[in-house]
Amino acid sequence: MSETIRADKVMDLKGLPCPMPVVKVSKGIKEVAVGQILEAQTTDPGSLTDFPAWARTSGNEIVDTIQENGIIRIFIRRKV
Amino acid sequence: MTHDLAAVEKQLAEMRAQLDALQKRVPSNKLSMVVFSGDLDRALAAFIIATGAVAMGMDVVMFFTFWATPILRDPAKKVEDKDLMGKMFGTMLPKGACSVKLSKMNMGGLGTAMMKNLMKQKNVASLEQMIALAGELGVQIYVCELSMELMGFKREEMISYPAMDFCGVAKFLEEAMDSRVQLFI
Repeated sequence: MSETIRADKVMDLKGLPCPMPVVKVSKGIKEVAVGQILEAQTTDPGSLTDFPAWARTSGNEIVDTIQENGIIRIFIRRKV
Repeated sequence: MTHDLAAVEKQLAEMRAQLDALQKRVPSNKLSMVVFSGDLDRALAAFIIATGAVAMGMDVVMFFTFWATPILRDPAKKVEDKDLMGKMFGTMLPKGACSVKLSKMNMGGLGTAMMKNLMKQKNVASLEQMIALAGELGVQIYVCELSMELMGFKREEMISYPAMDFCGVAKFLEEAMDSRVQLFI
């Protein structure tokens, strides 16, 4: 299923600790259109709880999360 | 019939007034924070929460008071005309974010230096960088006028920050009353 998601924009946030991934994604989401997908790549395990919390609060949607080789790929659909 | 209509209209007007009063009581999606501590660890926590809150879509207002006031001093700025107490506080308190210490394990400055080193290694933003980021994100900072006065700090020795102003307790309370979240650090 994950292979079918195509990100419209990819943000490399690897190596950045709290609060940077969420701060940067909150800016980056504005660079895709509503309905488009932003892929955030992080190495911060806190992102697994932080991104869903951020998405719920900001009204966006996490469509998929993939973990591979220590990299967390979070696919966010801009809804607002 | 017309009597009934008038009664309904009156009731409607009353309900509308009640609704308006209720709406005024709903706080904004805002975070008001008192930063009281002059410790590096607590100040870092304050700025991490502040920048995170902006990412979550909140407006953020920070009030710097007491020991937190010197965090906002600019080490490059010199002020001449201070009285004896002002000079004493000026020398004894940290000159800006770069010289604040950890609340624990400072060990004469060694612990703080080690922590800063570790933060750099782990890519954690420094307090100076966090302040700059907060400025970029539009975090409003107010500095307590009473603390400035007590410690003899002059406005000219504070950092250049995009949204910094000076205030008293009423301003903090006004913001706090209109904030969904309030913190004291």
